[in-house]
Amino acid sequence: MTDMKINFCGVEFKNPIVTASGTFGFGMEYNEFAPLAEYGGIGAKGLTRVPRAGNPPPRIAETPSGILNSIGLQNPGVEYFAEYIMPILAEYDTNVIVNISGNTVEEYCEMAEIISATDAALVELNISCPNVKHGGLAFGTDANVVNSLTKEVRKHCTKPLVVKLSPNVTSITEIAKAAEDGGADGLSLINTLLGMKIDIETKRPILKNNTGGLSGPAVKPVAVRMIHEVHNAVKLPLIGMGGVMTGSDVIELMLAGASLVALGTSLFAKPDLIYDVKRDMQSYMDRHNIEDINTIIGAAQMW
Amino acid sequence: MKKQEVCKLIKKSEIADGIFDFIIESADIAAEAQCGQFLHIACGGNMFLRRPISICDASNGEIRFIFEVKGEGTKLLSKKAVGDVIDVVGPLGHGFEIKRSVRKPIVIGGGIGVFPLYKLTKQLTNATVFLGFRNKSRVVMEDEFDAVSALTIVGTDDGSYGYNGYIASAMEGYLNLNDCDMIYSCGPMPMLRAVKKIAEERGIPCQISLEQRMGCGIGACLACACETKKDGTERYAKVCANGPVFYSEEVTLND
Ligand SMILES: Cc1cc2nc3c(=O)[nH]c(=O)nc-3n(C[C@H](O)[C@H](O)[C@H](O)COP(=O)(O)O)c2cc1C
Repeated sequence: MTDMKINFCGVEFKNPIVTASGTFGFGMEYNEFAPLAEYGGIGAKGLTRVPRAGNPPPRIAETPSGILNSIGLQNPGVEYFAEYIMPILAEYDTNVIVNISGNTVEEYCEMAEIISATDAALVELNISCPNVKHGGLAFGTDANVVNSLTKEVRKHCTKPLVVKLSPNVTSITEIAKAAEDGGADGLSLINTLLGMKIDIETKRPILKNNTGGLSGPAVKPVAVRMIHEVHNAVKLPLIGMGGVMTGSDVIELMLAGASLVALGTSLFAKPDLIYDVKRDMQSYMDRHNIEDINTIIGAAQMW
Repeated sequence: MKKQEVCKLIKKSEIADGIFDFIIESADIAAEAQCGQFLHIACGGNMFLRRPISICDASNGEIRFIFEVKGEGTKLLSKKAVGDVIDVVGPLGHGFEIKRSVRKPIVIGGGIGVFPLYKLTKQLTNATVFLGFRNKSRVVMEDEFDAVSALTIVGTDDGSYGYNGYIASAMEGYLNLNDCDMIYSCGPMPMLRAVKKIAEERGIPCQISLEQRMGCGIGACLACACETKKDGTERYAKVCANGPVFYSEEVTLND
């Protein structure tokens, strides 16, 4: 057996597989299909300072090899999570990555403080949600804003801080560098790509929010390219995500430069996907005589 | 542990134009299935999302579900042949609540909304059933409901068969003369709104099965929201996990 352990920002992950925020709730539902301990870590649903109702339905549409979603960060709020949900998750043998979105810099800072006082392993700063009017993406597309936000949150966060990047930008490396300069410990990418689907009979978008975020296999090549670019541009370790369906996909994102890789939308198709992914990864490791999985991170060679 | 299961299709028929009646094999799902629950079904091909389809009946290791071809996913599913396998997660969701104290239940379904009501009607044994369809060619399962209910009334919107008009009006007329202490309902939104109104005006508890575009189907992704009367983070309930069956007073049925 290959050693699958990864040290990410000083936190030990028993394997590189985590879950993508928003696709995995707070873990309890999927725990019925495969124990949470199977994952190196789990990403909790994106939290906000105060509870949010989310957007009106329909919130999901199927597109070629992917989906559009416009959930709009429905969540019970950071305080509820810290008090009632995190203590339950702390009982499981896995790392918890807590994803936070603010309307203002102050909100991000307050949330980082609240989560720092819990057993969470990492704080993930969501500056890339395309489905909310304020905050989210508005923070993630301007390098100066990303830099100053990261700096401020850094002062209030005692956990390793991961900044989650949006693919909806001209130069993702510029944003990545801005987060690195601001004091981020790691980066995660990619969040969803802004998209739209129109019902040609009713001439209206399927989503009530009109637009939504594209995820699933359709976005994987974009994710691989962006992970590769960011890996070359910064020194920070990366959590890669975007359309991962198989162990081979996990390996591909790791070769591009990801240290951890998240399963997201693909879980909707196969809730116990983790087992196949691990088996698939092991067989790759065996075939290539890889003893330590760390050696494949960023190992893809360009022409 | 819940699991995803690959089940064999053992019987298939097209009971009306574009409406397919499937029976699949699974001892576990059949044993667990409650009326009003659904299966989350992988349609095959390149369709990424599963499709939620209500359980019509389940017993002796067999599960029956009936669906209408509406888009690419259900079209692919309809192409499956007897002997093929179907990838299923289920049974999922919170189904109908059968209360022992209920003496005079009404079951009312419209169009493809009649299918999720069949197992329920069987279990109730004494229900008065109202089934509404667009026209005569769309009438399905009349005899089957008739055999397991106290009375089954069928209507068509265009009057080409049975009661002439919307089936909720037929139920309203019945309620003017008869008692009822629980209404169970499934069907198109305009019908559900009418049923909800009639039930609430008369103070009759009413359970409604809802549909929504779903993601994970197990309550994790929050895609299949329906509006409730609560505020804040409880404004939207999860159709897949809190439902698909709700009491009419919990939900607004707003668009
Ligand atoms: C239904 C849904 C909800 C999501 N919610 C969040 C969220 O709350 N916070 C966040 O940072 N990303 C959210 N995302 C983005 C995912 O975490 C991930 O970045 C993206 O879906 C790409 O990965 P995938 O293709 O494997 O799903 C959401 C994605 C989906 C499909």
